Amino acid sequence: MKYLGKKIATLIMTLFVVSAAAFIAFQIIPGDVVTSILGTEATPEREAQLREELGLNDPPVVRYFRWAGGVLRGDLGVSYRYAKNMNEMMPVAELIGDKLPITLSLAAISLVLIVVVSIPLGVVWARSKSKVLDAALGVITQASMAIPSFFLGIIVTYLFGMVLKCFVPGGYVSYEKDMGGFLFYLLFPAMAIALPKAAMTARFLRNSMLTEMKSDYVRTARSKGCSERRVMYGHVLRNAMMPVITFWGMILAEIVAGSIVVEQVFSLPGIGRLLISSISTRDLPVVEILILYITFVVIFVYFLVDILYRVVDPRISSR
Amino acid sequence: MKKRISVLLIMALLTMAALGGCAGGTDGSSGDNSSVESQTGSTDGSSEDNASAASQAESSESSQSQAGSPVYGGSIVVGIQQDVDSLDPHKATAAGTKEILFNIFEGLVKPDENGDLMNALASDYTISEDGLVYTFTLREGVKFHNGNTVTAEDVKYSLDRASGLLDGTPLISSLSVLTSVDILDEKTVQVTVGSANTELIYSFVAAIIPAGSGEEESGTPIGTGPFSFVSYKPQEGVVIAKNADYWQEGLPYLDEVNFKIVNSPDTALLELKGGSIQIYPYLTDSQANELKDSFQILSAPSDVVQALFLNNAVEPLNDVRVRQAICYALDLDMVNEFVAGGGATLVSSAMLPTLQTYYVDLTDTYGSSANIQKAQELMADAGLPDGFDLEITVPSNYEYHMQTAEVVAEQLKAAGINATINPVEWSSWLSDCYTDRNYQSTISGITSDMTPGYLTNRFQTDSKKNFVNFASDVYDEAYQNAAAALDPAEKAEYYKQVQKILCDEAGSAFIQVPPITIAMDPKLAGYKFYPVYVQDMSTVYYTEQ
Repeated sequence: MKYLGKKIATLIMTLFVVSAAAFIAFQIIPGDVVTSILGTEATPEREAQLREELGLNDPPVVRYFRWAGGVLRGDLGVSYRYAKNMNEMMPVAELIGDKLPITLSLAAISLVLIVVVSIPLGVVWARSKSKVLDAALGVITQASMAIPSFFLGIIVTYLFGMVLKCFVPGGYVSYEKDMGGFLFYLLFPAMAIALPKAAMTARFLRNSMLTEMKSDYVRTARSKGCSERRVMYGHVLRNAMMPVITFWGMILAEIVAGSIVVEQVFSLPGIGRLLISSISTRDLPVVEILILYITFVVIFVYFLVDILYRVVDPRISSR
Repeated sequence: MKKRISVLLIMALLTMAALGGCAGGTDGSSGDNSSVESQTGSTDGSSEDNASAASQAESSESSQSQAGSPVYGGSIVVGIQQDVDSLDPHKATAAGTKEILFNIFEGLVKPDENGDLMNALASDYTISEDGLVYTFTLREGVKFHNGNTVTAEDVKYSLDRASGLLDGTPLISSLSVLTSVDILDEKTVQVTVGSANTELIYSFVAAIIPAGSGEEESGTPIGTGPFSFVSYKPQEGVVIAKNADYWQEGLPYLDEVNFKIVNSPDTALLELKGGSIQIYPYLTDSQANELKDSFQILSAPSDVVQALFLNNAVEPLNDVRVRQAICYALDLDMVNEFVAGGGATLVSSAMLPTLQTYYVDLTDTYGSSANIQKAQELMADAGLPDGFDLEITVPSNYEYHMQTAEVVAEQLKAAGINATINPVEWSSWLSDCYTDRNYQSTISGITSDMTPGYLTNRFQTDSKKNFVNFASDVYDEAYQNAAAALDPAEKAEYYKQVQKILCDEAGSAFIQVPPITIAMDPKLAGYKFYPVYVQDMSTVYYTEQ
């Protein structure tokens, strides 16, 4: 309980510091939001009116705490930049709520791909006695780890999009229109995300398993007459999964927070792309909430990993 | 044991198969593609016609050369580069938004493809001899997208709102001269203005919206245009659908148009090739070359004047000889060749050549090729025989300006001017260069409308838009004469003077009117270019197969 309290306190402090830092950064970087919205052709009266509407005439400190107060009351603010209809701007909650399913689906599909590819691969690899297979897998995983995801995105686009014509590059389908088409389209960016991570996990798992196989408990289990299968999946794999789970936690946080680069390559209108365009249009309310969201996700996932650790490995909590 | 491994392997294979589930879809999509290609083969002749028409830069000709009889129905996806800045036709300022809203909203008058005005919601109008009173007669029975008939109240409300008469905040600056809008009878609206300007009539393209709709809660954009608003999603785009009650008989052809925001020019190319967008209006020269075998490539002059804008208030550019030296040092033909593939129109002052009545060709002033000797003489005269440092700030999101800057910087170096490029974000450009005027030189473009005053009024000494700090009493006087002149010939003469002063004083180093090049699916036809920046989808149709 004390542990939980400490975690929550850290979370709140971090969120505060991060949001204040983002706010200050926006005061420093060049670019005025009103000229950014209105461009070069607006009348001075309209500029003044908009400045008033956005509350930009108050000092920064007042604006920050007004915003923070709003967030605490559950009011995430209104975008400076995106219109909801003719007369209203888009509430940030609605804007992000609309984009979240995209990024979350991408994260889920990527994670599934990573799991289904890496675990069998890691196990086969660890158990393989063939030098050739060992060397081949070594080279393949090394290579896929080394490719940056944007480049892999381009390769996937080229191979599946242009040569095999499985999908239309950039031809994103909205999930509201066609769920199947949406998930299918996400498969390709998910591949670009999953491949290097799966390679890494497989390597990780293999090394971890090889280490575990040398452990005393394996010998004990074998001498007790445990079946080879039981030894492998009941003992070795379970223990070998520990470092892998930490690693997955990191990956999950990374993807849920918005796989900025891959979303850009595949024109996915997700969280990552929203963050980039909001920064360039100086849409502070949107940027603030996105940054809070990302911070929260990262801290929360690490927290989950921590808990999971305790579940999987009783040694940690008993210490 | 062995069995387990093989089970694992089979699982892995199944995963792969699931991944490769696209294999089935492959046939369908590649089949689609080949049909596009065969289609291309048959229309090859016409697309070549288009290309040659484009090189003549005659928009009307290029639209005529599109063959095939129109078919009603169908939907298309048009790639756009920017998100919309507002769904309110009076508040939208970005060119990228106005080009879409043109399909939804209409004014009392609207532009045609020749740059003339045609009557839209007004069936007729008269302007009093002193130019101060405009009387509009409304067209009978025009309906808004919500089914209501357009009334004089709607017109009054819209003009009051746009001009600031409603709440003191003018939303469209050129309309701020309106002093009253009066309803004479249910079909007639009279507008009174404070000062006469024959160019004001072009401002009545301002959208007419239902009375009160600018404050309504629901806020659905409702206009009278050929298409009605369906939906907008940030980062995805705008969808519009056919207005079956449109007052122009026979228009539009298409049932639905989806303006889709495309991430980058590279993605646009992929999407065009993959068939997920049918029209993309902002091709670069190299993209146009890449697509010319499978798409119709149409081209026309844009409404943008690109220049190396010089801040007339900073050292050493406050010396007219230095500014002239820069103009002489530029090789405009080379710029045209490199960045526009020779398709641009070179200019030497702030006027679109398409505004034929007013435009005067001044490209001989500094020549279209580099005159390095002359440039160096002028610099020596100005006390800078060894050249000087020049920083060129460029909004980096505009690939076209960036490319131009690279060519220009090299040309300036050849004349001994040490030019460096400083790429900045668009938001920074707006606040630093445009609002605060804190820069030395910048390559950018200024967008025009159909009036000659639009590009020239910003160079008046105390204009808020005079971001180059150009200061010339002669210019101010000439401009005011031009704006006030009621006689067309006299007006044209003054505007020619205005251009010449700006050019002679080297207010900036004007470069070109870049071409606008679009790619269109070979099955489509009817695309029209306008002298202003709009994407009129009402005349686009699928041709009979």
